[in-house]
Amino acid sequence: MLREGLGDLGLFFKGYALVIFLTLAFCAASAWAVEGVPPASSMPWWGWPLALFVTCFLLGIVAVPSGVGGGVLFVPIVGGFFPFHLDFVRGAGLLVALASALAAGPSLLRGGLANLRLALPMAVLASASSIAGAMVGLAIPANVVQIALGTTILGIVVLMSLAKKSEFPDVPAPDRLSAALAIHGVFHDAARSQHINWQVHRTVKGLLLFVGIGFLAGLFGMGAGWANVPVLNLLMGAPLKVSAGTSSFILTLVDSSAAWIYINKGAVLAIVAVPSVIGMMLGATIGARLLSVLKASIVRKMVISLLLFAGVRALLKGMGIWI
Amino acid sequence: MGDNGHISIEQQRYATLLSWGGRAGLLILVVSFLAYLSGLMPAHVPLDRMQQVWSLSLAQYLAQTQTPTGWHWVSLVGSGDFASLIGIAVLCACSLVCLLAVIPIYARRGDWTFVALCVVALAVQLLAASGTLGVGH
Repeated sequence: MLREGLGDLGLFFKGYALVIFLTLAFCAASAWAVEGVPPASSMPWWGWPLALFVTCFLLGIVAVPSGVGGGVLFVPIVGGFFPFHLDFVRGAGLLVALASALAAGPSLLRGGLANLRLALPMAVLASASSIAGAMVGLAIPANVVQIALGTTILGIVVLMSLAKKSEFPDVPAPDRLSAALAIHGVFHDAARSQHINWQVHRTVKGLLLFVGIGFLAGLFGMGAGWANVPVLNLLMGAPLKVSAGTSSFILTLVDSSAAWIYINKGAVLAIVAVPSVIGMMLGATIGARLLSVLKASIVRKMVISLLLFAGVRALLKGMGIWI
Repeated sequence: MGDNGHISIEQQRYATLLSWGGRAGLLILVVSFLAYLSGLMPAHVPLDRMQQVWSLSLAQYLAQTQTPTGWHWVSLVGSGDFASLIGIAVLCACSLVCLLAVIPIYARRGDWTFVALCVVALAVQLLAASGTLGVGH
């Protein structure tokens, strides 16, 4: 028993050491990026894409255990600390979120953790509004987008710090719309070794909120899991795991429609997008494997701190105070 | 994740196609990007020039690099930077195929609400992909 306890303690310290290492790596990367936005000639062309790959790899590692999508971390951090114009960062951000959602989507659908009937009505509205968001984002000055992004990120920090989650919300009866659309399901909860039946309510309010969520996703080029999950879980009453899975699946539709706008406007640069996508996906693979080692609450606090820093940075950059 | 007997047939079909589409897109993305980086494919904008233009606004970038907008990039897929866009386009188009594939299942079941939802979702995706929506700084 003592050996088991010591083993747990060792595992905890290994996880804690890894979190500290990741924090220091982020701080070093940020400091380097902030101080070192160099004149074009002082660094070989491959320096920034390589730094981008490493940063996204680290972001991918923390994205999984912290429970936030990589896309929401990508745009404020890369937009704030790398020399790429925000238009290209947002285009890449959508692809990062899309690729992550595509990687996870099939297994979530097969396992019943994402539900097509719940996702489709939300995704249709959010996709349409994400197009509008992308169009507006590419039409207004970058500093205005930066200020709005900073404000939104700070709002996300508050949401992540305060929002509660409900694993199995109580939904006494489905509302008329969800009953008409037959939005209900059953998923296998491996932790409890049982099938869980679920249904939802407040569908109209949920649909309206998804219009706004889609708009923000297109505007800022971020995945919108941070907003999808609370709406599906806390408002509509879907179980937490179904909410998280369905949120990820919804992003496959929402982010692809917004990404088309960025592609067609020439706002997707392969040299920015591809290292980001590959780095994030490799990092997420490692992050998923480290789930049992990393202490999720510590990683989550670290991510909230990072977002707070990146949100303030975006706000000040947009105001011209901290260029 | 346990047995999947409780997962609807349309959801299983959607998952299978999404899986294959995602894999194909990523494979094309990685291969074309390696060809671009290694110089096997020439670049429309030389890699050593990217550092001077990636901090420009989109409008300035397009003007300085003479990069086309809309679907005109397809005519430049012989360049490594635009070849990478094929993989990205495949990733974005995955959902189109999946939506098309589940419509017959809903139709056979007489679930016309979800047939309509799939058609609207398809229309939204196609509208976004069409390149007809004018935007700009």
